[in-house]
Amino acid sequence: MNPTTTPTATGNGHAHDHDHGHDLERHGHHELPFWRKYIFSVDHKVIGIQYAVTALFFLLFGFSLMMIMRWQLAYPGQPLPLFGKLLGETAMPGGVMAPEFYNQLGAMHGTIMVFLGVVPLAVGGFGNFVMPLQIGAPDMAFPRINLASYWIFLPGCILMMAGFFMPGGAAQSGWTSYPPLSDIATSGQTVWCLAMVLIITSSLLGSINFIVTIVQMRAKGLTFWRLPFFVHAQLVTSFLLLLAFPPLEAATVMQLMDRLAGTSFFLPSGLVVSGEQLKVAGGGSPLLWQHLFWFLAHPEVYVLILPAMGIVAEVVANNTRKPLWGYRLLVYSVIFLGFMSFVVWAHHMFMTGMGTTMSTFFQTTTMIISIPSVVILTCFIMSLYGGAIRFNTPMLFATAFLPMFAIGGLTGLPLGLTASDIYLHDTFYVIGHFHYVVAPGTLFALFAGIYYWYPKATGRQMNATLGKLHFWFSFVAINFVFMPMFFQGMAGLSRRLYDPTVYAHGRGVQALNVVISMGAWGLGLAQIFFIINFFMSLKNGARVTENPWNATTLEWAAPSPPGHGNFLTEPIVYREPYEYSVPGHANDYSPQFKAEG
Amino acid sequence: MDEKVYGWWLPPDVSVHGAKIDQLITVLHWFMLLLFVGWGAFFVWTLFKYRAREGHKAIYAPVAAVATKYIEGAVVVVEVFLLFGLSTPVWLAYKNNPPNDAEAVHIRVVAEQFAWNFHYPGKDKKFGSGKLDLIGGDNPLGLDPEDKDGKDDIVTINQLHIPVHKPVYVEVSSKDVIRAFNIPVLRVKQDTIPGQKIPIWFEATAPGHYEIACAQLCGLGHYRMRADVLIDTPEDYAKWEAENAPPPQEAPAAAAPDTAPDNTPAPEKK
Repeated sequence: MNPTTTPTATGNGHAHDHDHGHDLERHGHHELPFWRKYIFSVDHKVIGIQYAVTALFFLLFGFSLMMIMRWQLAYPGQPLPLFGKLLGETAMPGGVMAPEFYNQLGAMHGTIMVFLGVVPLAVGGFGNFVMPLQIGAPDMAFPRINLASYWIFLPGCILMMAGFFMPGGAAQSGWTSYPPLSDIATSGQTVWCLAMVLIITSSLLGSINFIVTIVQMRAKGLTFWRLPFFVHAQLVTSFLLLLAFPPLEAATVMQLMDRLAGTSFFLPSGLVVSGEQLKVAGGGSPLLWQHLFWFLAHPEVYVLILPAMGIVAEVVANNTRKPLWGYRLLVYSVIFLGFMSFVVWAHHMFMTGMGTTMSTFFQTTTMIISIPSVVILTCFIMSLYGGAIRFNTPMLFATAFLPMFAIGGLTGLPLGLTASDIYLHDTFYVIGHFHYVVAPGTLFALFAGIYYWYPKATGRQMNATLGKLHFWFSFVAINFVFMPMFFQGMAGLSRRLYDPTVYAHGRGVQALNVVISMGAWGLGLAQIFFIINFFMSLKNGARVTENPWNATTLEWAAPSPPGHGNFLTEPIVYREPYEYSVPGHANDYSPQFKAEG
Repeated sequence: MDEKVYGWWLPPDVSVHGAKIDQLITVLHWFMLLLFVGWGAFFVWTLFKYRAREGHKAIYAPVAAVATKYIEGAVVVVEVFLLFGLSTPVWLAYKNNPPNDAEAVHIRVVAEQFAWNFHYPGKDKKFGSGKLDLIGGDNPLGLDPEDKDGKDDIVTINQLHIPVHKPVYVEVSSKDVIRAFNIPVLRVKQDTIPGQKIPIWFEATAPGHYEIACAQLCGLGHYRMRADVLIDTPEDYAKWEAENAPPPQEAPAAAAPDTAPDNTPAPEKK
């Protein structure tokens, strides 16, 4: 840690609840006004919580959109009880969903879950809150850039929501927004593009900040091989965001130009829409967008999964009471994953008619990228082996992550191989596959993280009974949601269909749609346990000291909740991150920050 | 159409190339199941055996897991086999070997919001040319009436007739947005990209009546981008072709009896 960098960055006079014992001169002792402390704060913990709460809201909102869509899929053409009328005559004439509205919900569900939900929670929330604590830093390297990052993100979110109020409704060309469809779509798409530009800019600011912080601000003794795995995961994630997002930002601006300025980046000549020739210059390429989009969106998959793996590593090590098995192997694997994630993107495009050399290259890289994933999973399972496993709420979610991620990973094989992809591409099989990775995979890991670090953020434990109810109901329901999708996909059912019963092969698997919808609504109900627990525990949760889980990493050296500047004394690191059950020691944990274990 | 052929797994395959795709999908799923059940059994056993309890302590020293190295090695070997033994050869053999031009049935597929247009060259095996300006309600492809190649062309909407046991060579394109031309029972899927004509081919092994689906979001009517594919016996196909061939246009009444009925040349007139 370099104390001389922070004073200029954190600026003049920040209040703090706790005495730091170091660097006293850089903090004023007057209280900051409320809006500087909790709204336009430069404190990484406040920003982290802002990101996390915003993202949790959008996860719930994005999931609600899907719960409405699931009515139409289970009971096509029937009026939605209760809510149907509330959504207005354009969206739901007579309470029955209009196809345009279905497409809006679909596009916005994907966009919200990925860009406004999972990434902001995994990176903006956990990364911001936990990472500086885990490296023993008083804050991020650039606290004002951190502030700017959130305050560009939030307007981006609000703008994205504003799309619903545009004439013709929100963006409706899928979260992938393939032109020419998106280029000729209603004005909701323009808002989508503008919002994406803001959200991407915010991510770029965040990622550069993370990289500099991890490289520059580690505590004394905290070498790279002593970093918690979560920090390694965040570092690789930040590089992915930094390098992969700019092409999409450029592409989004190009799409905006196509829509507003009459350019034809993605529009070929000779388009005829509804019998009318499109009055554009033409000469563009619709496939250019797909390349630019997937050049971001494939690394984005790893942006979704790597922080989740980081959280699982922390929770597993803590609750097996033994060091992570293959810690270095895990780190090499995520670095390799990060690197490889840049050269697999065109496996999303096998059906575009690309040449066989290209497709062979991309299916080979896709198979290669599965190997580090297998290694990571093996390391986690071997970490359980020989442990003394405590099944508290965070551990339940982290444990469930493993088989769920395994299903998600394995079902990627038939999609990554070109020959089987001919049949399965763009079917419900794909939906099942990536949701297993992101929903019971990443989201379960993120829940594990919330239950695990909630005491650090609030000074109180979440209720264990409500936590277990939340876990078991979610775990059962979510498998009823995504497992049947593999069968629908095998039956050949295309994704994004407003009414699957139009097809005979859709009618063959329509019964499963009822099962899936019931599962989705059940999953929605199960989240009530979490919502109650999340808010009730703020007031009623059992108070905790700084290290309630008997953990070893640096965040547990700080008070719960940590004050501004984080640590009471500057932490010094003496050992590896996961020294649990060291033979000959009195405790079954030897924290990094204690000279004697 | 027989609804009962569609269930919870792969629908019947009536294509020449599809068997190898199905074989790959089947092998993959057995492999996935084996791995998952193996992992899962070990995982559940580990959770039970190493649960926290009185008198049980975690083992600090990392276990030397030789077995995991072999399993990981085996996974790599199987994946290499899947990649270079099964998937790539199937894909290359299929994609790099278009059918012999002379014997194949040529069809053009032009998608639009929200219908599939099928364009047959007719007896002269030549597609009539189209013009953007001519596209209209009753001429969805903008076929030029002046072009004699187009006089005998057949254009259908949402109904694809193909003969059984004969290679079919299709060029797919789109007038407006991207979609995917998908015939599940023929194991055919190809994105249709406006501005490009992308060739695909297949050969049906049995007659029948099946579905064509759109697999890529193409707008509010994506869900009803459905078409029928009728795989005809050679006789039925010839009959259909004859019935749908356009009548000689504006042929002078006097000239009509002179032209042979079976091989009507396009009227020279006009």
